[in-house]
Amino acid sequence: MYSHDVLVLGAGLAGMRAALEASKSGANVAMLSKVYPVRSHSNAAQGGINAALTDRGDDWHEHAYDTVKGSDFLGDQDAIEIMCQEAGQELINLEHMGVIFNRDEEGHLGTRAFGGQRKARTFFVADITGQAILHVMFEQILKYNVRVYDEWYATTLIMDNGRCGGIVAMEMRTGDIQAIRAKATILATGGSGRVFEPSTNALICSGDGMALAYRAGAPLMDMEMVQYHPTTLKGSGVLLTEGARGEGAYLINSKGERFMEKYAPNMMELASRDVVSRAETLEIAEGNDIDGCVLLDCRHLGTAKIMERLSYIHEISLDLAGVDITKDPVPIRPGVHYQMGGIKTDIDGRCWDPSGAWKGVEGLFAAGETACVSVHGGNRLGANSLLDTVIFGRRSAIGAMDYASQNSYLNFSENEWVNGEKAKLQGFLDNDASGDLVAKLRMDMAVAMDKGLGVYRTEEGMQEALQAVQGVRERFKKVVVQDKGKVFNTNLIFALELGCMLDCAETIAIGGIERKESRGAHSRTDYDTRDDENWMKHILLRQGDGGEVTKEYMPIVVTQWQPEERKY
Amino acid sequence: MQATISVRRFNPDEEAPKSYDQEYQVEVDENFTVLDTLIKVREEMDGSLALRCSCRASICGSCAMRVNGHAVLACKARLSKHVSEGGTVRIEPMGNQPVIKDLIVDMNPFWDKIRAVEPYMQPSLPEPEAEYLAPNDVMLQLVDVMGCIMCGACVSDCTVLEIDKNFLGPAALAKAYRFVADTRDIEDDKRLKMYNAYGGMWDCTRCGECVTVCPKSVAPMDRIMALREKAIEAKIPTGSYDGAGYGYRHSIVFEELVSHSGRLNETKLVVKTLGIFNLPKLIALIPIAMNAAFRRKIPPLLHPAIPGVGQVRRIASRINAIKKEAAK
Repeated sequence: MYSHDVLVLGAGLAGMRAALEASKSGANVAMLSKVYPVRSHSNAAQGGINAALTDRGDDWHEHAYDTVKGSDFLGDQDAIEIMCQEAGQELINLEHMGVIFNRDEEGHLGTRAFGGQRKARTFFVADITGQAILHVMFEQILKYNVRVYDEWYATTLIMDNGRCGGIVAMEMRTGDIQAIRAKATILATGGSGRVFEPSTNALICSGDGMALAYRAGAPLMDMEMVQYHPTTLKGSGVLLTEGARGEGAYLINSKGERFMEKYAPNMMELASRDVVSRAETLEIAEGNDIDGCVLLDCRHLGTAKIMERLSYIHEISLDLAGVDITKDPVPIRPGVHYQMGGIKTDIDGRCWDPSGAWKGVEGLFAAGETACVSVHGGNRLGANSLLDTVIFGRRSAIGAMDYASQNSYLNFSENEWVNGEKAKLQGFLDNDASGDLVAKLRMDMAVAMDKGLGVYRTEEGMQEALQAVQGVRERFKKVVVQDKGKVFNTNLIFALELGCMLDCAETIAIGGIERKESRGAHSRTDYDTRDDENWMKHILLRQGDGGEVTKEYMPIVVTQWQPEERKY
Repeated sequence: MQATISVRRFNPDEEAPKSYDQEYQVEVDENFTVLDTLIKVREEMDGSLALRCSCRASICGSCAMRVNGHAVLACKARLSKHVSEGGTVRIEPMGNQPVIKDLIVDMNPFWDKIRAVEPYMQPSLPEPEAEYLAPNDVMLQLVDVMGCIMCGACVSDCTVLEIDKNFLGPAALAKAYRFVADTRDIEDDKRLKMYNAYGGMWDCTRCGECVTVCPKSVAPMDRIMALREKAIEAKIPTGSYDGAGYGYRHSIVFEELVSHSGRLNETKLVVKTLGIFNLPKLIALIPIAMNAAFRRKIPPLLHPAIPGVGQVRRIASRINAIKKEAAK
């Protein structure tokens, strides 16, 4: 059986940063990913990464305050302080690894402005920052010769008595099912955006890690907090960076007005994302739309600046919508982009509390979008996601190595676990052709989620979505997998992913129904204000023994910033 | 509108697997990409169709494949553009890489070649407390090559790799260039010697296919040519270590011969490049020479200078003067 001190699931930025840290310390570490590392969705982060550098006259306290305010006071301030304090050093680490950040005239790192922040503290590589960092991180993985299980799909965590001892996974190239044991397991499997249609997220963002942890008994926290990005391309729904507005682009409605004047007179287009997405939704509802969209206008930035700093969105606007942004405004609308919630962790990535204050899964760690520390609370600031991945990727590796050094491998029967998973997978292949195809079920779920848990939500709408999801879950039992082969059975993988998405969808809807207030990205027309008296708390959802969802609450950690009215 | 696509299938789970073409009639929108079309087939018609794909926005690099004979990124290629080339759109897996199933190829050789160029920055140590300083224009130039998403399209259509699997190939050499051009990396000399070896920068035949098919405008061939220029500038020696390539000498001798007679004496070019006393290499060429002779491809024995060779020589001396001036 393959054995590792630390096993990292997922090879995006959080996963690679974790594996790199563990590898540098000499730990026996491996990464496992359903795609080659450089295919991971961290690629899609365009705009940049935030850090307050003191030698640029910035202060991490200000970055932390902007983040707390951006989170609509739902973020845990101890975690936010750590992230913002460590940001500067981690940014320099990335530069030392070889990231080709934009520079100022003296050759120092240069910045651009980003949403929800009063200072320009976003460091960037044109509008391909995520890709530029991801590929450099992969260079480091090659340098340190980290073992990677390329194109393996994890189907379950191996559990005994509340402790995780590794995983069972399918090698996609052969279809073989194998157990891999690990003293500590880190989930860095990314977000769950495919739960919605449309979405900016890649097809691989199916919330696998969240579902694996949830089924193993770990709580999912604040799942209702789903970020709608204000500028997603009409039609395909792919992302156009906030960096465009950071560079000075306008949002205009069908009358040619810069409508953000009405909603955020100070910050205008650079108000935080939830605010801008709501403004656009209202404009569209009031009929100031063009075919369901408003416009992102970059023309006045000039061709030179666009081609230097926004060349990728120029490329995709042209390829996918036929719009040349140097000549015409491009139609955009809010679209599902990021899951602020996720697997509850502490500041070292642990998915359990050693002091027993809350119950989770021992030996399990999580980092990045799949985790909820929580540094993003009700609304993530742009360019804080890349930061989150590297800060908590590194910290979770340190936590995992520490745990691995004090614990031995879990004892379990390899055969029992492997055969159990084989039987489960065979069950999918044995379904007759009378049921629904995987994609049909996903679409029914995703459209219902989009309808019921959009930018604005109501009790009734969310209940309808929940019922629809539960209906899909019933039909999922008879899902039809047409491919019966072993090698690269992507059809079967898709079915397994849908199973994960259903867990995410259900918890998102239940969390949404539960939170009876409007905070951050969770805007209810039936409870249209923030309710600090009753809802300064996190919602933790856990799978009960009978598969039912149980709810718990945890107080928000407040260190120095009391809730205040949020205006931009 | 209706589109007809023909997909090259291969199912390794069969007992005696054979590749075959399968046609699908698909209802598509005018804006559909090749990938949208394949996803529709996979999701609604035939779940057994295997392909890699993820981001749908030409950034993850998963979905390179051949459409009508040329490598494209399926999420970037508009279907209608390829339909107009005549009826059925032909979709096949990438070339130069073994097929595993349908449109999925084995990319391990690809990654091995990336690994072979030491693809990580090797800066001066110890690391400074703050960032390494670097001019913004250097960083901006690197953005284009850093834009490589490792999709493999260039490798698929590389005409050298078709006959020589040892060639590092356009993607790995473009990656290599990123470090040589990065002012923070101090191992240029070591790198240029490494890429100078057999299978390295001199094995590109400059056919330009990689530049044509690259979906991200990385222009790998241009990077390889830039590496050659750097190797020539750095006078990377030949024969000084095992497996050294002769590219640098080849270019020097080429220039020497042309400036002398106004045209190329190919026999002399070979002998002078390898070195007149390099008997093992020269002997090794005899079968090739005989083969060429057999096919009547022997260069003329006499090489009189072309009329007006004086002008060629003047151009050559002028270029050398400019080079010397620039070197100062």
